[in-house]
Amino acid sequence: MKAVKEKSWCPSVQEMLRLAEKLDIETVWCRYEAQLPQCGFGELGTCCHNCLQGPCRIDPFGEGPQKGVCGANADTIVARNLARAIAAGTSAHSGHAKHLAHTLLAWAEGKAPDYPVKDEAKLKAVATRLGIPVDGKDVQELAKEVAEAALLEFSEKATPLAWVATTVTRGRVEKAIQYNVVPTGIDSVVSEVLHRTSYGVDADPVNILFGGVKCALADFAGCHMATDLADILFGTPKPVVTTANMGVLKPDAVNVALHGHNPLLSDLIVQVAPEMESEARAAGASGINLMGICCTGNEVLMRHGIPPVTHSVSQEMVIMTGALDAMVVDYQCVMPSLATMAECFHTKLITTMPIAKVPGATHIEFKEEEARERAREILRLAIEAFKKRDPAKVHIPNYVHKAYAGFSTEAIIEALAQVNKEDPLKPLIDNIVAGNILGVCLFAGCNNVKIPQDSAFLTVAKELARNNVFLLASGCAAGAFARHGLLTPEATEEYAGDGLKAVLTAIGKAVGLGGPLPLILHIGSCVDNSRAADIAVAVANRLGVDIDKLPVVASAPEATTEKAIAIGTWAVTAGLPTHVGFVPPVLGSPLVSRILTQDIKGIFGGYFIVETDPSKAAEKLLEAIRERRKGLGL
Amino acid sequence: MKEIFVRLDRCVGCLSCELACAVEHSRSKNLFQAISESPRPRRRLYVEYVLARKMPFLCRHCEDAPCVRACRTGALVQDPITRIVTHTPDKCIGCWMCTMVCPYGVIGREWERRIAIKCDRCPDRDIPACVEACPTRALVFMEEEEFARLTRLEAAEEVARSYRVV
Repeated sequence: MKAVKEKSWCPSVQEMLRLAEKLDIETVWCRYEAQLPQCGFGELGTCCHNCLQGPCRIDPFGEGPQKGVCGANADTIVARNLARAIAAGTSAHSGHAKHLAHTLLAWAEGKAPDYPVKDEAKLKAVATRLGIPVDGKDVQELAKEVAEAALLEFSEKATPLAWVATTVTRGRVEKAIQYNVVPTGIDSVVSEVLHRTSYGVDADPVNILFGGVKCALADFAGCHMATDLADILFGTPKPVVTTANMGVLKPDAVNVALHGHNPLLSDLIVQVAPEMESEARAAGASGINLMGICCTGNEVLMRHGIPPVTHSVSQEMVIMTGALDAMVVDYQCVMPSLATMAECFHTKLITTMPIAKVPGATHIEFKEEEARERAREILRLAIEAFKKRDPAKVHIPNYVHKAYAGFSTEAIIEALAQVNKEDPLKPLIDNIVAGNILGVCLFAGCNNVKIPQDSAFLTVAKELARNNVFLLASGCAAGAFARHGLLTPEATEEYAGDGLKAVLTAIGKAVGLGGPLPLILHIGSCVDNSRAADIAVAVANRLGVDIDKLPVVASAPEATTEKAIAIGTWAVTAGLPTHVGFVPPVLGSPLVSRILTQDIKGIFGGYFIVETDPSKAAEKLLEAIRERRKGLGL
Repeated sequence: MKEIFVRLDRCVGCLSCELACAVEHSRSKNLFQAISESPRPRRRLYVEYVLARKMPFLCRHCEDAPCVRACRTGALVQDPITRIVTHTPDKCIGCWMCTMVCPYGVIGREWERRIAIKCDRCPDRDIPACVEACPTRALVFMEEEEFARLTRLEAAEEVARSYRVV
């Protein structure tokens, strides 16, 4: 057994892990150890089971077979597997977006009264961007047209995806045309990847990788659409202050965790919770205490300041506190083991989506036409569970940190506008040019059981901050920073280099914070990586250069999911040097590895930096930023 | 002394043992680095497929090892206590006498140095790499009495299940 410090750097999780050892409760870390050593063919990406003549494996040491039954070699197999992972990630992000589009349409048609448009300005802005005339239309009419335009994106169109073509730089559009990677339908490109990687279709590794790039651009469309539609339906986030980490559980309240990715149900639960307070009090509780896990948590954090309790790899730990009465999940990153963990306690695990059931959980199916009622039903179950809570089993780690979130693109531009009203981006650009800000880094991605939880995030971010890199974070990356107090002005004081500190302080004072902006700006859930792209596009357009010239980098040091592979691929395609802190399953093909880390730089400007040592990773990211600065003559 | 035993009915043919063996005998002992090393790290055990069965084969470190007797240069020696047969590359001339006399064909060749290579029972490890890598516990590392008892108990259980007192 590894020491707890080698499993997680989060003090709450460490405390829970000690408890787990004492109580002999199985966690994700136990299951990982039981899996070791993991299959080397899988680790290298050289296992193919795309046909029934397989599974085939390529011997990386050259003695055994170098070709699968069909003749595919390691390069073909690795490229096919990677493209399929991108397609799976794209399906997840865009499935989330499609769900929101259906809801917006349903409201526009009068079928989903619980989902009125909350942000008309955003609706108009999105419509305008898409080329939909807004004048003289009422909200319903416009919502219908935007929802229909969104739904049209999924099947194959005669034109490029609007959610890519209208959101990226002209230069990126031209690159996509030049390399024939223009997606014309999200579902159709996913289907195309599955087709071309199936038995006896595309065997050219380079061609397959371009297919993966095309799919990743469709993933970007899905992410951006999900952000846009969530903002329209639930409001564009504005800065909020909350608390994070397991100390947000209240011993006397009905504690309900919202977990998964889509705000559709969770936002409604947040809306109806105040109505249920009296029922909770009648059951002997002080009230209802909502908290978030993973990106559903980020969605309700960004818009309502709901505190995040934990993220990603440590999701089981919240149940182990014995104080969680219900965990409500939608889809993605929901570990099936939650049901087993819930069996040891009184916690109700409630699944809500028809495509995401877990054996052992209670299923209350979400229906948008009766969303409020379902939300109440779920909270009632939580209140019932609260009555069965065993006080002897309650163990809440007492760690909380203040956390600032809610930095949508609009909020960031608005903050910058407090410094320069006519040209909001100017302060940012001037400070980059002057060298007070060396560059920008976006942190994204999950936690990964193979890496001590949060260790890579904290190490890389602190090193970059010290070197005056302006930091943004999304998803469970932002969650990690929230739990460790890095989304605060205090962290800016402690960790930012002098240049960065001065800039963050100037903006912070201009917006009336009385001190600096937080060290890292929380831009939202994982689909909200689109917000970071928006900022990069705006800066590039303002400067008149393409994104691949900007001193902007990305890092997913602890990623886990196929979604992260899709996002990483579009980040690289967008032109960003993109760090991953784990070894992706591609090393079985030296060709594919070289393309992803070197050759692609000559095509799209971005490339992958694979570095498992966080300190070296920070150094490489700084190097990439400096190279870009040099390119711009800075 | 502990030996590597194979529970022949348990092998699913995943070849994890072969990979782990090659990695253990690389310079870096890390898969991701080992794949680009030269000389290429080589496995010293072999999963064969005969009569629809998957059969991991590796050096048995025979009590009376024919390969040691056949080796004329002293490259192969057997530890009198552990019975482990080790190979010293510097003394090996690649005559392949050992290969000819090995009843199981588990002495391989490293092309680069033109020498024989064989299982060394992972001297740097408590549990040999192949055993640790086996996901179905087809490979086990135990005393022969212990293994015999395990087999006996499994057989006894089968008999007991079908046995009924009249």
